[in-house]
Amino acid sequence: MSQRKKRSRGLGQLLIPLVAMGLLLIFNLFRDPGFFSIGIATNNSGNAVLTGNLISIIDSASELAVISMGMTLVTAACGGQDISVGAVGAISGAVFAKVLLGFGSITGATVVLGFILSVLATILFKLFNGTLVAVFRIQPMIATLILYSCGRSIAYWINGDATPQLNSPILSAMGMTIPGIPIPTPIFAVIIVGALMALIFRLTTTRLYIQSVGINQGAARLNGINPVAMKLLSFALLGVCVAVAAVIGVSRLGQLNHKTLLVDIEMDAILAVAIGGNNLGGGRFRLSGSILGAYIIQMLTTTLYAMSVAPVNVKTYKAIVIIIIVVAGSPVVKAKLTALLNRLCYAGLPSSAHKGVN
Amino acid sequence: MLNDALLTMRGICKQFPGTRALNNVDFTLRRGEIHALMGENGAGKSTLIKVLTGVYEKDGGHIRVEGQEAHIHSPQDAQKAGISTVYQEITLCPNLTVAENIFIGRTGGALVRWKDYEKRTDEILKSLGIPARAKQELSRCSLAVQQMVAIARAVDMQCKVLILDEPTSSLDEKEVEMLFGLMRDLKSRGVGIIFVTHFLEQVYEVSDRITVLRNGELVGEYETRDLPQVELVARMMGKDLKELSGLEAKTENRAAVHDEMVYEASGLSSSEARPFDFSIARGEVNGFTGLLGSGRSESVRAIFGADRVTGGKVTVKGKPVRINRPHHAMKNGIGYLPEDRKRDGIIADLSVRENIILALQVMKGFFHPMSKAQMEQFADEYIQALNIKTASQDTPIRALSGGNQQKVILARWLLTHPDYLILDEPTRGIDVGTKLEIQRLVLKLAAENMSVTFISSEIEEMLRVCSRLIVMRDRKIVGELSGDGLSQAQVMKTIAGGGQ
Amino acid sequence: MTRPVNPVRRREPLTDAQLLMTISICIFVVMYALAMLLLGGGFLKTQQLFDILNDNAYLIIIACGLTIVMIGGGINISVGGVISLTVMACALFLNGCGIQSPALTFIATLLLALGIGLAFGLLQGFLISYLDIQPFIVTLAGMFLARGLTTMLSVNPVKVSNSGFQAIIKTKIEIPWLGYVAKNGNLIPARLETGAVIALCVVALVYLMLRYARAGRHIYALGGNSQSALMLGINVRRTKMLSYVLSGLLSGLAGFVFLMHKPAGNASVAMRSEMDAIAASIIGGTLLTGGVGNVIGTFFGVMILATIQKIIGLSGLNDSWWQDMANGAMLGFFILLQSVVLFVRGKGGPKLPWLKKEKPRQS
Repeated sequence: MSQRKKRSRGLGQLLIPLVAMGLLLIFNLFRDPGFFSIGIATNNSGNAVLTGNLISIIDSASELAVISMGMTLVTAACGGQDISVGAVGAISGAVFAKVLLGFGSITGATVVLGFILSVLATILFKLFNGTLVAVFRIQPMIATLILYSCGRSIAYWINGDATPQLNSPILSAMGMTIPGIPIPTPIFAVIIVGALMALIFRLTTTRLYIQSVGINQGAARLNGINPVAMKLLSFALLGVCVAVAAVIGVSRLGQLNHKTLLVDIEMDAILAVAIGGNNLGGGRFRLSGSILGAYIIQMLTTTLYAMSVAPVNVKTYKAIVIIIIVVAGSPVVKAKLTALLNRLCYAGLPSSAHKGVN
Repeated sequence: MLNDALLTMRGICKQFPGTRALNNVDFTLRRGEIHALMGENGAGKSTLIKVLTGVYEKDGGHIRVEGQEAHIHSPQDAQKAGISTVYQEITLCPNLTVAENIFIGRTGGALVRWKDYEKRTDEILKSLGIPARAKQELSRCSLAVQQMVAIARAVDMQCKVLILDEPTSSLDEKEVEMLFGLMRDLKSRGVGIIFVTHFLEQVYEVSDRITVLRNGELVGEYETRDLPQVELVARMMGKDLKELSGLEAKTENRAAVHDEMVYEASGLSSSEARPFDFSIARGEVNGFTGLLGSGRSESVRAIFGADRVTGGKVTVKGKPVRINRPHHAMKNGIGYLPEDRKRDGIIADLSVRENIILALQVMKGFFHPMSKAQMEQFADEYIQALNIKTASQDTPIRALSGGNQQKVILARWLLTHPDYLILDEPTRGIDVGTKLEIQRLVLKLAAENMSVTFISSEIEEMLRVCSRLIVMRDRKIVGELSGDGLSQAQVMKTIAGGGQ
Repeated sequence: MTRPVNPVRRREPLTDAQLLMTISICIFVVMYALAMLLLGGGFLKTQQLFDILNDNAYLIIIACGLTIVMIGGGINISVGGVISLTVMACALFLNGCGIQSPALTFIATLLLALGIGLAFGLLQGFLISYLDIQPFIVTLAGMFLARGLTTMLSVNPVKVSNSGFQAIIKTKIEIPWLGYVAKNGNLIPARLETGAVIALCVVALVYLMLRYARAGRHIYALGGNSQSALMLGINVRRTKMLSYVLSGLLSGLAGFVFLMHKPAGNASVAMRSEMDAIAASIIGGTLLTGGVGNVIGTFFGVMILATIQKIIGLSGLNDSWWQDMANGAMLGFFILLQSVVLFVRGKGGPKLPWLKKEKPRQS
């Protein structure tokens, strides 16, 4: 009994997302074991690449996973969400494309430069959001509504209405696979960003400070923590995540379309944070939960496609599954279920065992 | 008289995961009496009241109002049964008007004739002498007036049972007197009042009977006049009060105050505090005293840089420094335990361990996180040293009782080994046992050469701990008492401005 | 009478909501006046104002719904989705039902629209109030569900061909004395669509409900401090539920009004309108923190946004990105303005409303 209690505390908030993931896997196993097959194929540039649903899930969830990490930090520090990540992502992509087009050639150096400038520009825009939130104390959702409504227009303004093609082996290596490595590159991007976050948590007190600010800003301030700086930091880190996701997105397609790049990703990212068991009101957080949430969302989408649900109908099923997950995770339902389980356990036990428990 | 029971609670049980909050508790309230409900923190007072008001569902026992079995499952049920509550934290809506706050939740019909209600509100406010207007937005009233409005609401509800949960903790003396007047008035009208407070003097001033709880169980019910104060404390703590006398003996031999000034300020002012001069020597315990709102908390907040500092010269250990933010103060070896534990002290969802190491971690710096082993070691050390009652280091601090939360905050600052520690109301809202522990700790720290500024609403406590008292009135320092001047009478006189 | 109760009748100072609302009304008036002076032309005719009302009737209605929810301390981002679902369902119903009598189609379609809105309101309200799930997530799922169901009904646009409904659409309210004389000497009366009238009625009704009805004041109490509201004997769960049900119903109604304005179902109908509605509420002085707000302000919020769109359109900047930029800039301007106004005001009083959001969290 105490054993079980201890373990469930360790898993804590990850319990629901893990169960959801497990159920999805089991469902797919029964539906079509072939869902899990992983093969090696040759893509059109002649490289050997891993194929299969699992690979494609992990690959295509990369942008979402990266952004949901940043979203988790902003949520934790500010107690609200940034709904402008998709629109600002379009700006990051536009800056990246602008640099590459400006140089006229896509070489390693220009790509690195483009990436760095894109990251800087994105951080700048995110700090605009962050300043509204941290200094002017405006609710995050409202503060970011500004860039949500005009971000894509700014992206348009940077590159015009065109959807420039960016064909280059370097970009396709970044967006798809590096020749000789069969694993899609975006997966490495997630790992690198995740490792970077882990490193930051390891080398600095970011985690403790952000949680403190998110739970009780006033008390955090009286303990010498600068809440404004922490909120700005969370937005800056989100900026890095958004830029990385945008560059992956642009590289993946080999073109920039400011209307569709990372479109609607803010909603999925917030969902990932919530499915990962993080409190949308701020405070304690677990990045692993949000990453798991991102993969659950993608797995769900891919499963639906594999069941030959028409793309336009995916949203409906997605909504239903999300509702089921959040209902299962709601404190009220949890309490009711626990009570029910307890009653069932006691009812099932012989009276002597019952005494023994007491 | 005995048959005049207004409210009887019999065999009340309430279980929470891990603890038994109430075990077979009986409680009887008679018509037209003020009945004090006493107990240490965690004794079950709040739980009993929450059961009575329908916030918690009881696990066993029954409640009768005027002999009728009352089924109370929600605050509305309690309201219908004639039970009204005024809580310590004001439970009104700041964005509504005074009239709405008095009448909302009990208006009949779908449409409300606010004009009539506003007229009635003005009458009620006038009859109770509350300085507010019906159409005023509540958030624009002072805290004391908001409390009065809450009572006005209860009064107007013709309640039979009025529960006052720590009603006086945010009121100044004059307002407390006004409240007591109101309570006696209601008593004469036959209302039964349950009075919960930590101020023993107030219990003896106003109550007729006392019920004592300890560890979720009933200790006994007494006539106030038959129960001497010392015995009441003994019943609440379940032991004799020899420690108290031991403490007083100790205060006698607290003498040697060093000459070295740890902190000096001249003309220090902040957005909230008027300019003032202040200094404290190594190993000294001094205190700010004055009525609520006299500026005592604002002054120490200025010292710590908690509010925007607007001027003044500060020297720490002889060196001129600037303290504009809490971080600067911490770097200069100053620690600050804030007045409002819940709002400014604890970080509710963080574990006890994280709450303990927080300040030390901040002083070590952003790029020097402590290892987990180190944190655990520090936390363990202080949990033992201060006798903090917690299930584990990982327990979120909000799960602890008020007194233990306060000890965690104390531990947080002791861990930074400050030269100068400011304690603003460290004993407010915590039980008598912990109060004594904290007082003893302060004296011990002073003996170890730490300087401490101590603020408390209880002058008796201040006299026991401090060797110098700075008296404030209307946000100005009006006097300083030390040595022979340290007597309750002298302090009162200075506060009241009768010194001339 | 030895002492009068109130010797001097004191006027209460403006509340925060009233102040913010007043600011947005003033800005609307100034903006419209400037447009009349500088752009002239269409802005001098009453019809221009009526067109703005006609085009944005649905937005006014959902913005009212959002204001209710936001005053109660919640959020509802499913309203745009519910509009698209309602429009699509009603369009298919009208084309398939075979009822041609105008009155009957009107009633049947309205009932269908309200039914869909009610269903969403009930479902979302239940999940949020009784299962304590975060409103953002629930209504986000609601948005997915509504948009998904829309495309499930039909991927292709559906044009309403029902003759009875066409007749209803053509019914417009003509006000001759607000009209103007055309070049050929004919008097062209100002035309207001039924939808705009409905929207104005909704504003008035919601205003009265929030101001005078018991339920309305309960919603304010809920948003001000839900814990206190519970202690004051308000049924918090039912009140919260009510706010979402009202918002759902109004979304259904907005879908109906939308259909009357543009009689065609389409998967991308009212895309992002939830964000416009939130923006309008904020411009009108509703705080997302809850407890503060007013639908009159919201109405002017919609009018401000719509007028800017019109001005930009008339200035020859027809690109949609200009309009987005203007929206963003306007929103930013108002948010900062409110923040500054309330900060300055809060210094005198005991609170800073933007700071108020740090409510003690319950365990």
